Amino acid sequence: MSTPSILTNLTKGEAYKKAMAMGADAVIKELQASELRGRGGAGFPTGLKWKFTREAAGDKKFVVCNADEGELGTFKDRKLLLEHAHKMFEGMAIAAYVLGAKDAYLYLRWEYHFMKADIEKAMAEMHALCPEVHFHLNFGGGAYVCGEESALIESIEGKRGEPRNKPPYPVTSGLFECPTIINNVETFCCIPHILLEGAAGFASVGTPKSKGPKLFSISGDVKKPGVYEFPMGISLRRVLAAVEAEDTQFVLVGGSGGRIACAEKCLDRNLSFEDLPPGGSIIVLGKKRNLISALRSVMDFFVEESCGQCVPCREGCYRMLHFVEKMEKGEKVSRKELDRFLELGTTMQTSSKCGLGQSASNVFVSMLDYFEKEMVKIQN
Amino acid sequence: MSETPKNAEILSRYGQDRDNLMPILHEINNTRGYISEQDMQEIACHLNISATDVYGTATFYSYLNTEPKGKYVIRLCKSLSCDMAGKEKIAAALEAAAGCAFGKTSADNRFTLEYGNCMGWCDLGPAMLVNHDVHTQLTPDKAKEILSQLK
Ligand SMILES: Cc1cc2nc3c(=O)[nH]c(=O)nc-3n(C[C@H](O)[C@H](O)[C@H](O)COP(=O)(O)O)c2cc1C
Ligand code: SF4
Ligand code: FES
Repeated sequence: MSTPSILTNLTKGEAYKKAMAMGADAVIKELQASELRGRGGAGFPTGLKWKFTREAAGDKKFVVCNADEGELGTFKDRKLLLEHAHKMFEGMAIAAYVLGAKDAYLYLRWEYHFMKADIEKAMAEMHALCPEVHFHLNFGGGAYVCGEESALIESIEGKRGEPRNKPPYPVTSGLFECPTIINNVETFCCIPHILLEGAAGFASVGTPKSKGPKLFSISGDVKKPGVYEFPMGISLRRVLAAVEAEDTQFVLVGGSGGRIACAEKCLDRNLSFEDLPPGGSIIVLGKKRNLISALRSVMDFFVEESCGQCVPCREGCYRMLHFVEKMEKGEKVSRKELDRFLELGTTMQTSSKCGLGQSASNVFVSMLDYFEKEMVKIQN
Repeated sequence: MSETPKNAEILSRYGQDRDNLMPILHEINNTRGYISEQDMQEIACHLNISATDVYGTATFYSYLNTEPKGKYVIRLCKSLSCDMAGKEKIAAALEAAAGCAFGKTSADNRFTLEYGNCMGWCDLGPAMLVNHDVHTQLTPDKAKEILSQLK
């Protein structure tokens, strides 16, 4: 069996035909057998999501593709949208078939307007091959929070991109309050490969809980930045060797809401749902980089991108940024004060309404965990 | 920008359900450069929702303009990878070439300079958007050259 890849060419429309021949329940079984988990970050099992949505009560159902790709350091969906858009549309059409849905929406981030004509062309081509499905193209407005699935749905509905309370989840109440499958671009691109090449081949690489090939967006202090495809579970050491990382101090894995892995201790950790988040964003920081300015940049991102709906996130991000600025100026910090901010980090994780606020303190907490001595002078 | 479509013509192409709001806002923004309060009232009438609702939605999205901006809105990425790739020098070159500071519009209304967050080009930073166009691997000279081509 050859190494599975989602970047190889497939004949357009074949997977859709095969899905119709197999029947909806068999498609779901095949996805479950592949152990595919969502590629947008949270890693929910895709087959199970499709099963829940198929079983949910309701005549009208929808399919949504999340192409908001706003996570700091992520650009792997850009490659798929530019080179494999037909695969993504085909994955969406298969989801629509499984649900008996007529409409499938692509929510594309504002920044990707430049690819509009090509996307519309691929959309028309796939509509000709999957005539039962009507594709819609919606653009975002430059808001990171709209990548959060319920905020994205609000945005398609013509509202402010503010996350909803959960539950209910989109599988029972999503777009226009109807059961909705919402998946990442890469997740949809995996579907035609799994149906045509078999679940077993897809699941032949990876770790016990993370199967298949995975795309990674790698940038920062490396000689060869770009999009790479590796099997799930690859070690950080091998990734850094492949991109020719230079004099690494630490790696930010998972973007703004991710965690850091320091070069001294973490090179043998692996990228998987069991260990370092395999969401796709990998930013390498060399030894010459200033730790505090990197942290300030991340906190600044959150202060701007918080939707402001709930207090722990809105206030927490703002206070934390100020504290980091204080550290940056080299001002006195007491142990008690630092502990208060670490506690604030925990409060934000546990009491924010959506994943943005829940993850906004991760970088702060994990950087101080590794580099407290280098970053703050504690004076009591 | 004299031959831009009138609201009545734009609105006539959209249905009256609320999910038409974002596409309408995008079209007005992209053809006329910004969405005025008058536009918001007319959209509200068409969709049968309050003008405040339209305003609240339009202002939520940082890339939808609700006030006039320059002919070219330049958004330089200031997030981590582009910052590491040298966005500071690009910012200085852009300010010199546009003749205005970040957050401002040039006196001849040609350029508005803004910062944006990660644009999906971190492998080829520093990156910026000029309206919908992307420019990557910027150097100060390249940034100046790009602005000099924009009439
Ligand atoms: C703040 C925030 C931003 C997100 N941005 C994205 C995004 O840009 N693309 C994406 O696919 N998922 C994003 N997600 C995850 C989505 O909420 C959702 O889990 C995902 O689209 C589900 O698809 P998947 O199961 O295929 O991963 C984001 C989540 C949060 C909390
Ligand atoms: S956690 Fe932040 S982004 Fe999410 S709903 Fe609350 S304020 Fe908005
Ligand atoms: S950090 Fe600038 S494009 Fe991602």
